[in-house]
Amino acid sequence: MTEHVVIVGGGTGGTVLANDLADRLGPELEAGDVRVTLVNDDPDHVYKPVWLYVPFGQREPEDGRRPLSELVDDAVDLRVDRVTALDTDAQRLQYRDGSPESYDYLVLATGSTLAPDRIPGLAEGGHDYYSESGATALREELLSFTEGHLVLSVIGTPHMCPAAPLEFVFMADDWFRERGLREDVEITYTYPIQRVHGNPHIAEWARPLMDDRDIAVETFFNAETVDPEARTVSSMEGTDLEYDLLVGIPPHAGVDLVAEAGLGDDGWVDVDKHTLEAEGAEHVYALGDTAATGVPNAGSVAHYQAGVVGQRLASELRGRPATATYDGKTLCFIETGMDAASFVEFDYENPPSPAPPSQKLHWSKLAYNESYWLTARGLL
Amino acid sequence: MTELTDAVDAEPDETVDARGAACPGPLMDLIGRIRGVDSGTVVALLSDNDQSLTDVPEWIEEAGNELLGVEQREDHYAFYVEKA
Ligand SMILES: Cc1cc2nc3c(=O)[nH]c(=O)nc-3n(C[C@H](O)[C@H](O)[C@H](O)COP(=O)(O)OP(=O)(O)OC[C@H]3O[C@@H](n4cnc5c(N)ncnc54)[C@H](O)[C@@H]3O)c2cc1C
Repeated sequence: MTEHVVIVGGGTGGTVLANDLADRLGPELEAGDVRVTLVNDDPDHVYKPVWLYVPFGQREPEDGRRPLSELVDDAVDLRVDRVTALDTDAQRLQYRDGSPESYDYLVLATGSTLAPDRIPGLAEGGHDYYSESGATALREELLSFTEGHLVLSVIGTPHMCPAAPLEFVFMADDWFRERGLREDVEITYTYPIQRVHGNPHIAEWARPLMDDRDIAVETFFNAETVDPEARTVSSMEGTDLEYDLLVGIPPHAGVDLVAEAGLGDDGWVDVDKHTLEAEGAEHVYALGDTAATGVPNAGSVAHYQAGVVGQRLASELRGRPATATYDGKTLCFIETGMDAASFVEFDYENPPSPAPPSQKLHWSKLAYNESYWLTARGLL
Repeated sequence: MTELTDAVDAEPDETVDARGAACPGPLMDLIGRIRGVDSGTVVALLSDNDQSLTDVPEWIEEAGNELLGVEQREDHYAFYVEKA
């Protein structure tokens, strides 16, 4: 009998996993003992980190898109469709047109979605670079922004790439300096808790850099409403900030499918943080942003987790106990300007210790972005 | 550090179970829930993270909500918060 693995979501985690399985289970796939289906609701694979560079005119959104059919091994059945319902007792899911699909193993790699509507006025009054359309619209604004108050507000966590808000203000500071406009542009960074980043080690490192560069900071700032007419953003803590350009990191959510299937709140799957097995169902894994492990929502995390799930699935399909586990490994380059970056590496046991910013690390980040397509193909 | 109370004389209207979450997860979960409830609602936050003993009361004060008490339970703390 053929064992069927269905992976929902062809972003970083799902694509790396599909290619990992194609490689690992080559003989079984060829013999028809195993079938792997990757389903994604867009024919393209999207590499989101490119969006950070779009507002500064350094990349085009197209640089972050490639057809999945070019990235995914032919041994994998690629289906461009949306999964709309999930029954983990019957081990069955449903596609958009209602057609059912049964699975022996399911992997949810559905990523994050943006929920700007949770903050009244944010969609109308704010900009973002966390979506392709947002990054393009922000580029138009930034290009004509020569004076005034730029506010970057981190609205809620978890959000994708916890370093990206810091990167944005560091890059904006440098970008305006290079263009001789920094004196006319005030920059304020807001964060929901009492420091500038969720991780205390990264916060301790970033705060003095922000002070040195005249980036104002408002902590304990949980944006509650945005008034697009008056151009103010107000926090739950009672602070009002006037802005000329608001860049918000919108609240994030997972997908409804997960909550409706009883696998976790707000679309994030509750998992064992080492095995990545869903707590609410048998034969279900989750990885990447959708897996609630407490580690950052980052592509590097999705990549490492895909390797772990690949090994575990291969063992299970071969009737052996699965032993591979995820140790929380996270890697992250952090841009600290237009031509310098830092780097952090940490896991469940070892805290991060950010490297001194250098041009070499900046080039490493750009080189990684270029070689990302090899990662997605499973070659790196 | 916050004083622990024996038992809090209030029935929570909502409970946020953030046991197992690393810092700042519990505080962010609380903020997320408080965002969506009406004023006067009592939310109980369950956390087994010691850092919450400083983070959570600091935020509650900053945001003007009221901390009704913090119970020490067997393996976690329960923070009772009333939204202003
Ligand atoms: C501006 C920005 C900068 C970033 N920078 C970095 C960085 O420098 N380093 C880093 O490591 N990470 C970075 N990230 C984060 C990284 O992009 C994400 O964490 C990563 O993409 C998560 O991978 P994933 O596979 O979990 O989800 P995704 O890559 O988001 O993929 C999920 C896929 O599932 C599909 N899908 C969802 N629901 C369904 C459904 N029901 N049916 C079918 N398909 C579905 C989606 O369309 C999507 O294609 C950045 C993110 C942003 C926004």
